[in-house]
Amino acid sequence: MTSAALALPERTRLQAVSMSLFRYLPLVLLAIGWELTARFVFASSSALPSLSQVAAAWIELVKDGDLITHGASSLYRAGVGLLLAVLIGAALGIFMAWWRPVNIALAPLVEMFYPMPKSALIPVTVIWLGFGDGSKILLIFLGCMLPVTIGAFNGARGTDRALVWSARSMGAGRLRMLWDVVLPSAIPEMLNGIRTALALTFILLVTSELIVARQGFGYLIGYLGNNGSYDAMFAVVLTVAFLGFAADRIYQRLMQRILRWRE
Amino acid sequence: MSGQPQIVIDKVCHTYRPPRGKPVLALDDVSLSVGTREFLALLGPSGCGKSTLLYLIGGFLPIERGTISVESKPVTAPGPDRGIVFQHFALFPWKTVRANIAYGLERQGMPREQREARVQSLIEMVGLRGFEDSFPSQLSGGMKQRAAIARTLAFDPSILLMDEPFGALDAQTRHLMQSELLSIWQRTPKTVIFVTHDVQEAVYLADRVAVMSARPGRIKTIVDTKFDKNDKNIFKTKQFVDQVDAIWDLVRDEAIKAQGGRES
Ligand SMILES: Nc1ncnc2c1ncn2[C@@H]1O[C@H](COP(=O)(O)OP(=O)(O)OP(=O)(O)O)[C@@H](O)[C@H]1O
Ligand SMILES: [Mg+2]
Repeated sequence: MTSAALALPERTRLQAVSMSLFRYLPLVLLAIGWELTARFVFASSSALPSLSQVAAAWIELVKDGDLITHGASSLYRAGVGLLLAVLIGAALGIFMAWWRPVNIALAPLVEMFYPMPKSALIPVTVIWLGFGDGSKILLIFLGCMLPVTIGAFNGARGTDRALVWSARSMGAGRLRMLWDVVLPSAIPEMLNGIRTALALTFILLVTSELIVARQGFGYLIGYLGNNGSYDAMFAVVLTVAFLGFAADRIYQRLMQRILRWRE
Repeated sequence: MSGQPQIVIDKVCHTYRPPRGKPVLALDDVSLSVGTREFLALLGPSGCGKSTLLYLIGGFLPIERGTISVESKPVTAPGPDRGIVFQHFALFPWKTVRANIAYGLERQGMPREQREARVQSLIEMVGLRGFEDSFPSQLSGGMKQRAAIARTLAFDPSILLMDEPFGALDAQTRHLMQSELLSIWQRTPKTVIFVTHDVQEAVYLADRVAVMSARPGRIKTIVDTKFDKNDKNIFKTKQFVDQVDAIWDLVRDEAIKAQGGRES
């Protein structure tokens, strides 16, 4: 009896492991398929290097430091751009929801700007801020701000008036009330907007670095591709894909933690 | 000046204007005065405007017709002199029970240690020990209600506006909370306006009971109900029972009118 009781958690852990293996089975199959295709179909060309070659190139890239320096510069741009987008986007959305004049002034701009493909701004940001970090940060900021703004706006609009009254009757002034009540009420929808922004960040980052940059993942992909080092190029592409996936996963964990007050 | 009652409501009307649909006249020409340290119960059929009247006194809704003054000053905004317990609790869902109760004290700038002690004593008082770190979504309706009461009592407002504060409680807890409220009211000077559907509760707790008419709400009658609240057997005395019956009749008339109004 005791042994059965002890065995139970063991078994569920095993189940959990096999479940997650099962979940990523398509990825494993893809990897095997890749390896086979590369070896037997593209054997004579270098257009599709085999996965093992890519892995070797990846180790090479890490060793000579290229992946690290370019990666650091990309992550710096992405981080600063997204952070600005979140801070300014959230503030904008909340003020738009709460103060009519701000809404009247900004709503048409938001509506016009939102559907525009932000990659069209790449040349503009380069003209303004040059080839370096500034133009990428500006692009990511502009591209990612509106999903955050719209999330924050909708969330803030849905604030329960009784919560506002509660805070006011307990001595909160108007600004304090915005911070203590409207902001937390806006957070669930805002977090969804930020998740969209996170995905956009990677897209805009790599696109803009591919087109005009001297550093970063995108630049590295373009450079390696032009030189015919396809194995290394794939190594960088896979690295970016993995980082995007990991960022989303970590973000989802964070979201669950922030929203733990909901059922 | 000092003869002026603490809360004076003078010919107040209130119309709701929903963005879609036609305007609703919720309160029509309500006049009422409540003295300092008085305990007034407000009775009336559902939808007659009891909550609306509390919101106006609280300063949450704009006063369009008539005036409301508190301590001879017209009400223009909410303030911590008037604490309210909302019918639907209005706890901050992202704050724990403890943080909810502490909120008013934080806004008053009470030092941390003093605040924590006070919050803990209120948690004990409303019987929520062990749930300090729960979020409102994890509490039952009655527990939420008790947390909301504790939150409002915490910052010790001189006027308490209570909107069916014991509505979600079982009979046992309700009794406990009633006597707790009475003892707080007897210990610390407070004016209470207490909305309830329970006539016996109203007669037991209040000095006066105001009965409102069906919508549009008016004050139909005000009845003096000063009984000895420390008398355990008060519920059985003939005077008390008769008083409850008489007020029941008044309320029932209005409830029937409210029903009829809905059909037509
Ligand atoms: N936000 C609103 N918009 C439009 N009409 C409203 C609104 N709030 C209340 N009303 C109307 O005003 C009337 C009074 O509402 P109120 O909530 O004050 O009633 P009440 O006496 O508290 O009822 P109950 O006992 O059911 O809580 C109701 O008939 C309702 O239809
Ligand atoms: Mg009500």
